[in-house]
Amino acid sequence: MAQMKFMCDAERCIECNGCVTACKNANDVEWGIQRRRVVTLDDGEPGEVSISVACMHCDDAPCMAVCPTDCFYKTDDGIVLHDKDLCIGCGYCLYACPFGAPQFPKQNAFGERGKMDKCTFCAGGPADSKEEEYEKYGANRIAEGKLPLCAEMCSTKALLAGDAQTVADIFRQRVVQRGHPDGGWSGNQRRERTRTGQGDDLSAADSLAYDAARQS
Amino acid sequence: MSYFIDRRLLWRLPLLTLLFAVGLAFSQAVPAQADPDREASLAVPALDADTWRQVRSGEIGPNFRDSRADSTYNLVNASGENWRQLRNRWVSPFGLIAIGGMIVVIALFYLIIGRKDLSGPRTGRKLLRWPLLVRSIHWTVATLFIVLALTGLNLLYGKFVFRPLFGDAVWGAMISASKVSHNYLGPLFGILLIVLLARVLKHNWPKKHDLEWFKKGGGMVGKAHVDAGFANGGEKAWFWLLATVGLVVVVSGFVLDFPNYGQGRDTMQWANILHAVGALGLTAVAVGHIYIGTIGSEGSLEGMTTGYVDETWAKDHHNLWYEEVKDQAVPEQELSVGRPPPDDSEEAATRS
Repeated sequence: MAQMKFMCDAERCIECNGCVTACKNANDVEWGIQRRRVVTLDDGEPGEVSISVACMHCDDAPCMAVCPTDCFYKTDDGIVLHDKDLCIGCGYCLYACPFGAPQFPKQNAFGERGKMDKCTFCAGGPADSKEEEYEKYGANRIAEGKLPLCAEMCSTKALLAGDAQTVADIFRQRVVQRGHPDGGWSGNQRRERTRTGQGDDLSAADSLAYDAARQS
Repeated sequence: MSYFIDRRLLWRLPLLTLLFAVGLAFSQAVPAQADPDREASLAVPALDADTWRQVRSGEIGPNFRDSRADSTYNLVNASGENWRQLRNRWVSPFGLIAIGGMIVVIALFYLIIGRKDLSGPRTGRKLLRWPLLVRSIHWTVATLFIVLALTGLNLLYGKFVFRPLFGDAVWGAMISASKVSHNYLGPLFGILLIVLLARVLKHNWPKKHDLEWFKKGGGMVGKAHVDAGFANGGEKAWFWLLATVGLVVVVSGFVLDFPNYGQGRDTMQWANILHAVGALGLTAVAVGHIYIGTIGSEGSLEGMTTGYVDETWAKDHHNLWYEEVKDQAVPEQELSVGRPPPDDSEEAATRS
């Protein structure tokens, strides 16, 4: 069985927020809720980097572990979904989630938050009819053999969605293409060398720069 | 004329071509030679270890942007996982151990040692201990406490028991009712608890003989008689536990119950841990309080139901108080008529 995952290639994300809009449109999400967000670190500085974030469909999901009603479940594809009929709006999933994925339509006195809403990997949720499913959870593209719309519409193909193995293969290929010596996450060699006080022998960085500029 | 000029330019053509070629060669060589430093820094974004360390610390720089309105999140919020581990690995199991342990210890105590009976026969003469107002607040607070304890326990442990037992439909209604009643009755409990604490505060100032009371385990150690005023050491301990831990539970409960004031998620995580630890602890001790007040000791419950206690009971448990108020004792027959006796004033009960 597939293990569905999102991955955002930070070197490609251009902070266009197309994923946010695509998601909102595909799922007809309630006013005030935005299932996907784009985070930009060091905006306007030379090292600026943007990453699109939503529910990461964790293997060991904290929301699932703390939910008092036990309304979360994992599909065979590794997608974390929840049952809005069981949800009591206590907010515990919001406390637990490291990615800020669970959101509530309200934030009123006496803990009245309404039913939690989050990214479903465009896989809908438990309901009696297709209409009810769309009403409560949004699109079920997975049932139609399609991937989440955010990733499908990403203009730079920074946001990848699909089976973890396939996503990893695509990213690995990109990394090889770019010439990172140790996977895409190590960052800038020159900075690393300066930080660790190894001097500025740039012979390695030189070839790195060449590889990155090379057209395949 | 034109022919003449063309001929003069012809010899320059090879030179021009050469110059152009050399220039081209130079311009192509430039990126490889000039400043590899600069190019290396542009080749990959600076998503280095420092960036991730900062993300993990939860610290947000001035140039952090989040496309979601009113977002208070960092990229990754590690505190959520900490809260989960604290709640699920520590609070949840140890709460069960505390409450379950208390029930087991009390059950064993009751089975082995049994009820604490009165030392002699009842005299039939009664002393006013709890006026109507205190009794009303006490039973309201007590009822609310039990409702809040049960709904709170359901929120923490219910999913392991009732969901497999009853199925989703019943469980859904049950847990939803638990949350709603917990959230709406909680503030009422908080306010009434503070009123009750304020009302009985005067009985509960610690005295020297309370220390002696604790040393002798409230009379359980040895046969020696222990001195106690209106409230004994144990009752005072319960009072101060409610006045400290109880207030923490009330305050943290308010923090959790009113997200409309916009308190952050990290604040609510801590409020939740304090609320759970405090409430589980109080529930465990409350089991003891309920035991002593009902089946644990003869003649105690009537003090809180009718307001009056028997002289023998007063001598046994609150000898110093008895000495003060023994002249105000009224015969039982007078009380059973149903009208309040002349001295059913707060004065009689409040002298400590």
